[in-house]
Amino acid sequence: MKKHPSDLPVSTDRRQVLQGIVGLALAAATMRAGAQKLPTSQVNTTKLAVTDTEVTVGQLHSATGTMAISETGSIQAEQLAIDQINAAGGVLGRQIKVIKEDGASDWPTFAEKAKKLLVNDHVATVFGCWTSASRKAVLPIFEKENGMLYYPTFYEGLEQSKNVIYTGQEATQQILWGLDWAAKEQGTKSYFLVGSDYIWPRTSMKIARKHIENVLKQKVVGEEYYPLGNTNFNSLINKIKAAKPDLIYAAVVGGSNVAFYKQLKAAGITSAKQKLLTISVTEDELLGIGGENTEGFYSCMKYFQSLDNENNKKFVAAFKAKYGEKSVIGDVTQAGYLGPWLWKYTVEKAGSFDVDKIAAASTGIEFKAAPEGYVRIDDNHHLFSKARIGQMLADGQFKVVAESPELIKPDPFPKGYQ
Amino acid sequence: MELSEILNIALMQGFAGLSLFAVLLLMGLGLAIIFGQMGVINMAHGEFMAIGAYTVFLGSTLTEKYAPGFAQAYFPFAIVAAFVFAFIGGWLAEWALIRHLYKRPLDTLLATWGLSLALQQCFRTFISPKEVSPTLPDWLMGSWAPHEGLDIPINGMFVMALTLLVTAGVMLALYKSRWGLRVRATVSNRPMANAVGINTKKTDRLTFAIGCGIAGIAGAAFTTIGSTGPTSGSLYIVDSFLVVTFGGAASLLGTAASAFGIAQIQSITEFFMTGSMAKVFTLSFVVIVLMFRPQGLFASKVRR
Repeated sequence: MKKHPSDLPVSTDRRQVLQGIVGLALAAATMRAGAQKLPTSQVNTTKLAVTDTEVTVGQLHSATGTMAISETGSIQAEQLAIDQINAAGGVLGRQIKVIKEDGASDWPTFAEKAKKLLVNDHVATVFGCWTSASRKAVLPIFEKENGMLYYPTFYEGLEQSKNVIYTGQEATQQILWGLDWAAKEQGTKSYFLVGSDYIWPRTSMKIARKHIENVLKQKVVGEEYYPLGNTNFNSLINKIKAAKPDLIYAAVVGGSNVAFYKQLKAAGITSAKQKLLTISVTEDELLGIGGENTEGFYSCMKYFQSLDNENNKKFVAAFKAKYGEKSVIGDVTQAGYLGPWLWKYTVEKAGSFDVDKIAAASTGIEFKAAPEGYVRIDDNHHLFSKARIGQMLADGQFKVVAESPELIKPDPFPKGYQ
Repeated sequence: MELSEILNIALMQGFAGLSLFAVLLLMGLGLAIIFGQMGVINMAHGEFMAIGAYTVFLGSTLTEKYAPGFAQAYFPFAIVAAFVFAFIGGWLAEWALIRHLYKRPLDTLLATWGLSLALQQCFRTFISPKEVSPTLPDWLMGSWAPHEGLDIPINGMFVMALTLLVTAGVMLALYKSRWGLRVRATVSNRPMANAVGINTKKTDRLTFAIGCGIAGIAGAAFTTIGSTGPTSGSLYIVDSFLVVTFGGAASLLGTAASAFGIAQIQSITEFFMTGSMAKVFTLSFVVIVLMFRPQGLFASKVRR
C-alpha cells in the first residue's frame, strides 16, 4: 500500500503541517474568489436554506437532561469550528448560520427536532447526536428526508449510511490496536471485561472477547455488565480480585464511572498493583472522577488534549480562549470539531450544498489541520484515524505513551467479530 | 485458589454487604422519618441528598481556594454544613409547599416531584451540568490492609460509622427527646395531640426539616463513593423508597431490617450472578415479599 505522507507520526514533520495550513489558507482564498462564480441556483438545487450570503445548518445535541454532561463539549467544539470557518470566509463564500435544537436527552425528542430541522428549516446539514440511541432515533428521518448528519461519538459500529458521516471511531478502531498494545507492550495474558449494560459496551466487549480469544489466543477470565447509574461496585471488585486478571478492560460510562474508580482505589486496586485499560474515559470523565483515583491507568482514544502537534496546540489555545482556561477537551469534543470542517471541504469539493452530491464527494476528503493530526473520510463514511494510548495523570490529563504507526482503516462491519 | 485467599475474598465480600447496608440505611432514614411519621411522599428526597453532596463540593472548592492547609480537616465540617443546608431547604419547602397539602397526601407526591425537577434544573443551571466530585482528604482514600490480600475500603468504614451515629441520633431523638414525644403523639392522633397543646404545625415543619437534613448528611457521605450530578438524586430515590416501603412505613426498625436484607441479598447474588441479574433477583424478591406482606416487614400505625 502506498504510504500517505500524513501517515507519518505527527511530530516528525512540522513543516508538512505548516504547509498544510498554508495550503488551507490558499484554498480558502481561492474558494472565496470562486464563490462569486457559483450562484445559489447552481449550488443549491434541492431547496435547502442557502442564500447568496448565508447557509443555514442545524445543531442537535442535548443541552439539558442526563446527557448534557457529555454533549456540552461537542456543542462547544462545533460552534468553535463554525466560528473559525465563518471568520475565514465561510463555505462557498456563504456565512454559516446555526439553528440550535435541544434533544433534551430524550430520543423521541431527538427524532422530532431532526424532522423540524430538515422539513421546516431545510438546513444544509446537521451536526449532532451523541449516544447511539439518539443516532438510531434520527437515522430513519435523515434517510427519508435525505439530510446530512455529522456524528461525533466513538460508537459500536455495525452501521453505515449515505446520510451520516461518523467522525468518531467505530469499535474496531478503538479496541483492536489497544488490545494488541496491551498484550505486546504490557505482557498481559488474562482479561476481565467490565461495562455498563447497554449496546455500546456490550458490542465493544463482544469484539474485544473475539480478538482476545481468536487473535491473541489469550484468556477472558470474566465479563460483567452493570446497569447505567449503578454506584455500588464492591462485589464486582471482589470478583475481579478472585479472578486475578492481568488487565481490567473497562467500558463503564456516566456517573457509574466515578463510583467504579473511586471504589477500585478504596479497595486497594491501584496502578501499582493492577493494569487497567479503558475505552470510556477521556479528559471530560477524569474531571469528574478525579485524577488521584485513576493515576497510572490507561485509556485508548484517538485524541488526547496533551497531544503534541502544532494543529492541536492551536486548537487547544482557541478552545480555551473561547470557553475558559479551565475547560478540558476530550476525544468526542475533538471529533465534534472535525464535523464542520469536513463538511466545508466536502461542499467545496462538490461545488454544491446538495446532500446527494456531498454524500458522493465525501470519500477521500482530508482534514490536514485536524487537532488529532490528520483524518480522511473512507468510502464507508467513517474516518481513517490513529489510535493512541494515554496514561492518566493526577492532574486529570493524559500522557500519550503509544500511538498506532499507521492510520487505522474504519471497519464498521468487522468480519469474524460478530 | 488457596484457602487464605478464599477467606480474604469472603471477608471483603462480607464487608461489601455491610457497607451497602450502611448506604441503603442512610439513604432511607430521612425518607422513613418523613414518609413514615408524616405520611408525606417526598419525591424530592434525592435532591436533598444532592444538596448535601453539593455542599461538600462547595466546601472542598472553597477550602482549596482560601485555606489549602485546611484540606485534611474540612470534611466533618462540610457534613455538618450539609445537614444545615438541607435542613433549611426542607424547612422552606414545608413552609411554602407541603403544609398546604397535608389533607391531600397523594398531591404531595406531585408537588415534591415538581420540586425535585425544579431543583435538578437549578443544579444544572447554577452549578454545572457536568458531574462533580470534591477533593477528599487523604485519610478518607485508599484501603486499610491488615494483612496481604485483604483490603478494607476506608470510605466504606467511614460511611458505616456515620450511619451508626446518625441512626443512633435519630433513635435517641425520637424516643428520648421532647421533639420525639411530640412527633409520636402527632403521628398516633393529630387532633388529640393538638388538644393537649402540642403545636402540630411546628412539629411537622421540624420533622420534615430534620428528615431533609439527614438526607443532606447521606448525600455528603456518598461523595466518598460516587460523584454528584444534577440527576444523581433520581438514582438514589428508587433505592430509598425501596428500603422504606419494604421495611414498612413508620417503623425505623423496619427500615434498618429492610436495608440489611436488601443489601445482603444484593451483594451475595451480585457475587454469584452478573450485576444486572442480581438487581433483577433482588427486586423480584422484594416484590414477592410485598405481595404477601403489603404493609412491609414491620408495620405500625400510620396517620390517616
